[in-house]
Amino acid sequence: MAYAAGVDVGSTQTKAVIIDEARRIVARALTDTGANVTRAAETAFRMALEDGDRREEEVEYVVGTGYGRYKVTFGNTQVTEISCHGRGAVHMFPDTRTVIDMGGQDTKAIRVSPAGEILDFCMNDKCAAGTGRFLGAAANALEIPLPDLGPTALRGERAVKISTTCTVFAESEVLSWLGKGKKIEDILLGVHQSIATRSVGLLRRVGIESAVTFTGGVAKNPAMIAAIQDKLGTGVNVSEESHYMGALGAALFALDHILAGRAPAPTPGAA
Amino acid sequence: MTATAEIVGRGNSDGARLFREWFADLTAAAAEGRGAAYVFVMGSLAELLRTFDLPIVFPEINSLQTAVRRVAHEYLAEAEDYGYSPDICGYVKADVATQLRGGALPMGRIPKPAVSVLTNACNTYIKWGEIWERMHGTPAFVLDVPGSRAAGLRPGPGDADFEGDRRYVLAQLRELIPVLERVSGQRFDVDRLRESLRHANTMSRAWQRLLELNRSRPSVFNALSDGTIFLGVANALRGSAAGAAYFEDLVEEMEYKVAHGIGTLTEEKWRLVFVGVPCYPIFRRFNELFGEWGGTFVNSTYLWFASGGTNLGYQYDLAHPLESLAEGLLVSVRDAMDSMFFQTGILADMIDAFHVDGVVFHPIKSCRTVSTGLADNRRALMEQRDVATLFIESDMMDRRVVSEAQLKNRVDAFFEGLAARKASAALAQSRR
Repeated sequence: MAYAAGVDVGSTQTKAVIIDEARRIVARALTDTGANVTRAAETAFRMALEDGDRREEEVEYVVGTGYGRYKVTFGNTQVTEISCHGRGAVHMFPDTRTVIDMGGQDTKAIRVSPAGEILDFCMNDKCAAGTGRFLGAAANALEIPLPDLGPTALRGERAVKISTTCTVFAESEVLSWLGKGKKIEDILLGVHQSIATRSVGLLRRVGIESAVTFTGGVAKNPAMIAAIQDKLGTGVNVSEESHYMGALGAALFALDHILAGRAPAPTPGAA
Repeated sequence: MTATAEIVGRGNSDGARLFREWFADLTAAAAEGRGAAYVFVMGSLAELLRTFDLPIVFPEINSLQTAVRRVAHEYLAEAEDYGYSPDICGYVKADVATQLRGGALPMGRIPKPAVSVLTNACNTYIKWGEIWERMHGTPAFVLDVPGSRAAGLRPGPGDADFEGDRRYVLAQLRELIPVLERVSGQRFDVDRLRESLRHANTMSRAWQRLLELNRSRPSVFNALSDGTIFLGVANALRGSAAGAAYFEDLVEEMEYKVAHGIGTLTEEKWRLVFVGVPCYPIFRRFNELFGEWGGTFVNSTYLWFASGGTNLGYQYDLAHPLESLAEGLLVSVRDAMDSMFFQTGILADMIDAFHVDGVVFHPIKSCRTVSTGLADNRRALMEQRDVATLFIESDMMDRRVVSEAQLKNRVDAFFEGLAARKASAALAQSRR
């Protein structure tokens, strides 16, 4: 039995997934990226090996993805996370035609073919508005742990209007609403709606085609799922593995290489 | 030396030499205290200005040169310290700093403006001219060139609207000539204009031919990197004998490359079209992001609008120089504006003619004029044609809004998509 691995080095967290020849996930791991990107990639990979009780030699091919993909020094090649999220989403939900991936520093809208190929994509500009970092700023201002953000927002009834598009200014805007006596739940509901509006705007730029699959770390947040569904006016697919979707896609590309001898085209400029 | 060694690469080296010489002349004029005509690339009227022996300064070219030479941030910071907002056109701000420095640039020194001649092709041109008026008391002559009223509407000679527009432009040229006579101290000489127009005809014909030659496979020049060198000469030496000779040589070089199957330095795997203004702060690296994947730019809307519509190959009627200059200005500047705002149809037609695999849209932060409609144009193109597109944003001047890592991520994903698209097409073909 051959195994393939994908390591997704994101701006906030690094994820690793190992799959078998039947494309089943046999192991997964997650760690904070921190300042040493290479070490984070190695740590995540070793944690995944332990999680699946596998030896390194059993993993025949490793694909690195994410912003730190060139730092996956033990990897065989690199593929962008845009391609990997598209591939992973179609694998988990074959009816996927549009993907919204919300990560720590960027949000991507991706239109895919039935085979998971990228037809078009669009990302947020060079700031973190509309990303997980935006939620992090709100959590910081309200002194609420990140996992509690979604459930708290879902208790909101009258969302406040968050007008800023800047992550840094969002924190001060949240504080100003607190100063005006607004409930934390309503402020957080407004934050989620603000991010959902921007994200759906990105989806419209690539063209929304059903089904839509929501991936990335923020897809674990129930209030964000609800806000996006509300803006779209339709349901979205969300997998238990949403946080690992980039790493899964990378592992699928790695398996392609093992099974068919077809490696994804190597990325030029790799360090 | 073989014929190939003699001819291939001549356009780039001669172009760089001519550019240096042109700037050396400007530096000499500045040292002599002569005043210059400040003009812009869309409707420069260099053909006319040259006949008054006025040194011609292109502030847009000066500004982009500060970015290519990696000192733009110093100029931008100086203008911002002076009071200009970070949101204002980077070209304008670099020029403001240049004026504050007495015309000093990395390439030399430019003379002060004796007159500025500008069109409405870019709305910033007019405000820019006003800055020189305030700084130096320079008279600004604004030529109002009527644009296309709608996408795809191209009235020509004989059409009532067109004839009215032509008379309107001609009347403005007749107003301009006494201004130039006063500023230069020289009388208008129609025979010199005729000679200048003859050189411009040679250059325009060659520019049109040059763009067509890149239909060949492999392409014979990179429209983004090589093309920008050619563009600089096309603007700076328009209407001159040296400029005409350069372009005749350039066409000869490219025809030679076509005949011998000699391509660019890139091993051509993907043929791309560029839409917008280049990313000058990382000019070479930006092109490499594509070249590393085997992508080469076979055409660029920049070579249309930033040449002031020279791509049309408009030929002046030397029997009626001033009237023909008015008509040429009208059709060329109008085409330049259409190349910025209504380019979808032209791009759609180009897909087959140039065997295009993908189109790269590059909006830039500090020029909303050229960038505002690009998202819509991209969508419209994709509705018309099944072609891959990439939408990446940076800037022409300001390195603070150029993120190479983010650009590379998007470019890499674009090529991954192109490769997947090609593999799928091959698979479908094999199953037929």
